Amino acid sequence: MKSILPVLTIIAAVLFIWTLAVVPMNMHLTADQAQRSGARVTPDTPIARKETNGFVLALKNPHLIPLTYVGKRPNLPSPHQVAVEMFDTIFGKKITSKRSLVYHGWITLAPTLLGFAIGTLLGVLLAVGIVFSRVMDKSVMPWAIVSQTIPILALAPMIIVVLGAAGIHGVLPKSVIAAYLSFFPVVVGMVKGLRSPDHMQLDLLRTYSSNNAQSFWKLRLPSSTPFLFASLKIGISASLIGTIVAELPTGAKAGFGARMLVGDQYGQPILSWAALFAAALTAAALVGIISLVERGTLCKMGMKPA
Amino acid sequence: MTQEPTIDARGLHLTFETNDGPVHALQDVNLKINKGDFVSFIGPSGCGKTTFLRCIAGLETPTSGHISVNGLTPDEARRARAYGYVFQAAGLYPWRTIGGNIRLPLEIMGFSKFEMSERVERVLELVDLTGFDKKFPWQLSGGMQQRASIARALAFDADILLMDEPFGALDEIVRDHLNEQLLQLWARTEKTIGFVTHSIPEAVYLSTKIVVMSPRPGRITDVIDSSLPKERPLEIRDSPEFISIAQRVRDGLRAGHAHV
Repeated sequence: MKSILPVLTIIAAVLFIWTLAVVPMNMHLTADQAQRSGARVTPDTPIARKETNGFVLALKNPHLIPLTYVGKRPNLPSPHQVAVEMFDTIFGKKITSKRSLVYHGWITLAPTLLGFAIGTLLGVLLAVGIVFSRVMDKSVMPWAIVSQTIPILALAPMIIVVLGAAGIHGVLPKSVIAAYLSFFPVVVGMVKGLRSPDHMQLDLLRTYSSNNAQSFWKLRLPSSTPFLFASLKIGISASLIGTIVAELPTGAKAGFGARMLVGDQYGQPILSWAALFAAALTAAALVGIISLVERGTLCKMGMKPA
Repeated sequence: MTQEPTIDARGLHLTFETNDGPVHALQDVNLKINKGDFVSFIGPSGCGKTTFLRCIAGLETPTSGHISVNGLTPDEARRARAYGYVFQAAGLYPWRTIGGNIRLPLEIMGFSKFEMSERVERVLELVDLTGFDKKFPWQLSGGMQQRASIARALAFDADILLMDEPFGALDEIVRDHLNEQLLQLWARTEKTIGFVTHSIPEAVYLSTKIVVMSPRPGRITDVIDSSLPKERPLEIRDSPEFISIAQRVRDGLRAGHAHV
C-alpha cells in the first residue's frame, strides 16, 4: 500500500500537465472551427492566428478554452476523451467486435506471449551454452549484442515478408519479432545469474567431487533465479513492443499496432491514444503478473525478496 | 609399529604465475599430521597457510613435491570422501533450509533418503542445532550459520576436517563459544583437524600441534607440539603453560618476519 501513494502522485502530476497542455495544443484548431460557426475570435484571420502562440491565443479568447477539450479531431486529446473512448471500446463493445479494444488486445497479446515464451526459452538455452562452453561465449555473445543494434523497425517488415513468402502467416511472424526483442535481456541476465556463484561456493562443490550437471542444477540454476525474473520483466515488455512494431508497418488489420496506425491515418487521434494506453496497461499488467510470480517463487525458495 | 601419518607433505613447492611475476606461495613445506591431531596453521596473510590447506584438499596442485592424504593423492582422497572442508564464510544456500544445506553433499554423493535424514539429525545434534533443520539460513545468527556449515562438512563421515579461518568473521564472544564447542566435537568424533587461523590464542587453545608459517616465500618456520592436556576449559588460557606456548608462537612469527 505504501507504494501506491508515490505512484498516484506521479499519475496526478502527469494528468495535470496533460490537461494544461490540451489548451495551447488544440487552440488553433478550436479557434478556426469557432470562427466558421460564427463565433468572434481575436485575431480574426487564420494567418494572424498562425503567428500567435497557443498560450497567447488562449489568453485572448478565454471563452474558447472549454471547447479545446471536446474537439472531435484534436491534436492532443484530453484525458477524459481518451478515458471515455477506452471505456467505450473495452466495456461498451462485444469482445468479438472489430471495434473492441479487448479484441485488438487479444490479437496483440497472443503473439506477445508466444514470442515471450520462445524468447525466454532461447535466451535460457543460449545462456547455459555460453556459461558452459568457451566457444559459445566467444561466438554467440557478440552476435546477440549485434542483433540488438539493428533497428527493429527496419527489420520487422523484412521478417514478415520473408516468413510470408515461406507461407507462414498469422501469429507466428509477430511472435518471431517479439522473441527477437525478448531473448536478449534473458541471455544477459541468465549469463550473469549462472555465473553469480562465487569461488568459494564452486570450491565447496569441488570438495564433494560434484560433476557439472550437479553444480548446474543444485547451485547455478537456483542462484540465477532472481536474475531470471529481472530479465523476464524486461523481456515481456520488449515482447509486447515487438508485437506492436510488427503490426505497424505491415498493414495488419487488427491488434494495438493496427489500431494506432488506423487512428493516425484517418485523423482519429483519440483512437490512437486509447490503443496506446491500452497497450501500456497491458504491459503493466504483464510485468505485474511476473512480479507476483517472482515474489511467490523467491518466497517459496526461502529467499527474502530484494 | 609406527602409524602412517594421515597427511604427509614432503618438499612441497607451489608457485603462482601472476602478471607481476611468480609468487612463491609455498616453499619446501615438510609436515606430517597424525590421525587425531588438531593442527593449527598460523601466520600473517600471504604465508601460504590457506594454500597449504587447499593443497591437502586437492583444490590447488603443488608445482613440485609430494603430498599424500590417508596414503592417497589429494584427488583420490577427495573422491574417497576423506575430508570435509569448512570455509571462512558459511556459504549456506539461501534457498535451502539448514537441513537441505546439510543434505547437499549427501545428495551429490548419492545417499538414500532415509540415510540422509538420519545423518542430518545426527550432525545437527553434534553442532548443537537440533530442531533447526526446517529453518532458512537468514533466520540464524552468523555463529549458528557457521555451525551449520560445520555440520554440513561432518555429514558424510570424512575423518579429516579442514577449516579455513572458520570463525574469522565472528565476534570474540561467539568465537570463544565456538572454539569450546569445536574441542568437544573433536573429542567426541576423534577427527583429524587442520585449522587455519591468524589468532594466536585460538591456535594455542585448540591445537595439539601448531604450525607457524611466514610469507614470501610461504614456508614453515616452527612446529610446536602442545603440552596442554586434552581437556581444556577456557580458563586454561591464563595458565603459565598456555602463555609460554603462545610466547613461542609469537617468537616464531617474529622470526619469520626478520627474514624478510
